[in-house]
Amino acid sequence: MSVPDVAPAPSWGRRARGTLGPGLSWAVLGGLLVGVFLLAIAVGAVPVPPASLGGSVLAALGVDTAHRLEPVQEAVLLSIRLPRALLGMLVGAVLALSGAALQALFRNPLVDAGLLGTTGGAAVGAVSAILLDVALASRLGPLRALAVPGVAFLGALVATLLAYRLGVRGGRAEGPRVLLAGIAISAGASACVGLLISVASDAQLRSITFWNLGSLGGASWEAVRVAVVPLGIALVLLLREGSRLNLLMLGEREARHLGVDVERLQRRLILGTALGVGAAVAFTGTIGFVGLVVPSLLRLVLGPDNRRLLGATALMGAALLVGADVVSRTVVAPLELPIGALTSALGAPAFIALLARGRGRA
Amino acid sequence: MSLVAKDVDVRRGARVTLRRVSLALHPGELVAVVGPNGAGKSTLLSVLAGEQATSLGEVLMDGRPLASWLPRERARRLAVLPQEASLGFGFLAREVVLLGRSPHLGGGTSGEDTRVALAALDATGTRHLAERSYLTLSGGERQRVQLARVLAQLWDAPARGPCYLLLDEPTASLDLAHQHLVLEEALRFAQSGGSVLAILHDLNLAARYAHRLAVLAGGRLVASGSPAEVLQPALIAETFGVRVEVLDRPGAPGPLVVPAAAAVRSPR
Repeated sequence: MSVPDVAPAPSWGRRARGTLGPGLSWAVLGGLLVGVFLLAIAVGAVPVPPASLGGSVLAALGVDTAHRLEPVQEAVLLSIRLPRALLGMLVGAVLALSGAALQALFRNPLVDAGLLGTTGGAAVGAVSAILLDVALASRLGPLRALAVPGVAFLGALVATLLAYRLGVRGGRAEGPRVLLAGIAISAGASACVGLLISVASDAQLRSITFWNLGSLGGASWEAVRVAVVPLGIALVLLLREGSRLNLLMLGEREARHLGVDVERLQRRLILGTALGVGAAVAFTGTIGFVGLVVPSLLRLVLGPDNRRLLGATALMGAALLVGADVVSRTVVAPLELPIGALTSALGAPAFIALLARGRGRA
Repeated sequence: MSLVAKDVDVRRGARVTLRRVSLALHPGELVAVVGPNGAGKSTLLSVLAGEQATSLGEVLMDGRPLASWLPRERARRLAVLPQEASLGFGFLAREVVLLGRSPHLGGGTSGEDTRVALAALDATGTRHLAERSYLTLSGGERQRVQLARVLAQLWDAPARGPCYLLLDEPTASLDLAHQHLVLEEALRFAQSGGSVLAILHDLNLAARYAHRLAVLAGGRLVASGSPAEVLQPALIAETFGVRVEVLDRPGAPGPLVVPAAAAVRSPR
């Protein structure tokens, strides 16, 4: 063996990343999100041409222009498309960010809320709340709007804690155990949803079916107003933890020796992801694979440093979900494809590619 | 100023893994912990690292119970190299070492931190791996990068005050040259005023680099002292079940332990 001790700059070893600087990637992702957002409010049964939209905005600012939106266009834009795009952005950002956080928490790039059972737990909570809604509606009063997201949050919290207790032993996250725990929890959750469905009325059944496939169709300003609170808190909680997540990826012991209060960090991560995923499931149903695919894909370009990764993950998750929603409501118009089916159709092959690629470690 | 374990007992269920062990790490000192498998060496290290609670006794760092230190303050004077690390993400070697600087960081990475990280890579002979993904490194290369990370954590610490480096089998998967490189680096750290505790299996490496040897067997500290005092054929036969000759060579940096013919009496 005549391997020189000081190797020349290695051209192998995955150095592709770093070619795209953090600044540039922010610009690219930000531009992508703006573009997808404009597309989402422009495209549909009633088209909203950007020129007329610009004219209306100018008119609102007091500038007189020829191009203006028709009243029907304005109504569609304001009461349907805008809340839908905003909810999609929030949910997409939170789902992707939760994936990145859970991957660091379990020190495994192949987990996300869906695979761990967090989503399943949230669905059990949401479905239970729908079934109890009739019984409790009179007592809850103004809190009624919070019942479904609240119980979904509890379901997500219980499922994530369970996955953590089962999958992590003595501070060591054991990959196979984590995934098996997730499978068990997901199976239990879907059994619960099945049992609950069997006692549901027809009207309740229609709402519940919507959970299994996911949709942004329930978006309204009221939904956005309620959802923005838990989703916003989850975003703020998780986005701040970049450097601590890096240390946690080294291992729990290592993070502790580098001055991280590991228990507190874990509590915050589990709480933040459960809050975010619970709210996402409550308002849009189970939308899979966003949390798995987005961080894994971005790690290939930006590297695993969470200080760069988390913000980019949120931006790309938002763009992905809004884009997927545009596709879901246009390809078979006037019908809608369930968005969860669409993200799974994109996510499953991406997941398989990740597994096939060098032990699946991105 | 020292890191002290006082009359420590550790019980796990019915099993006692440490019994009445007392050990102090002083500034400028490299202490090697030796002993057969299952003697409690790693348990002692985790007790001193604050990972393992004691059933009896206490651990003090610079006079204060270890558990009472704020995590970040403690991280500025106590660093631990675990036996095996399980990093499953493709950080560059340079980035792994920079993570060791995090107890010192305010907001971002300063030029000083980058300088320290590169110096730590140099010290462990891993500078040429700086831009490689951790996942593409061999076991020995990973171990040296992890060592560079803990060295970076305490890089300037000896100049500022007492600090402690705990190494769990730092030479385990290293070739001959790198075993010596790593222990020379540990010795340099001690000579600059820090304290090092290293678990070692090779008695000759221990004799050559350590100021003091602590011999553990069956959860008890059976001997502690300079290599020449501790490395007696009778003690080694009693502790390891191996008959040895101990050669004292004038001018050599420590006694040399050589197994005798038909050395192994009763491997435990």
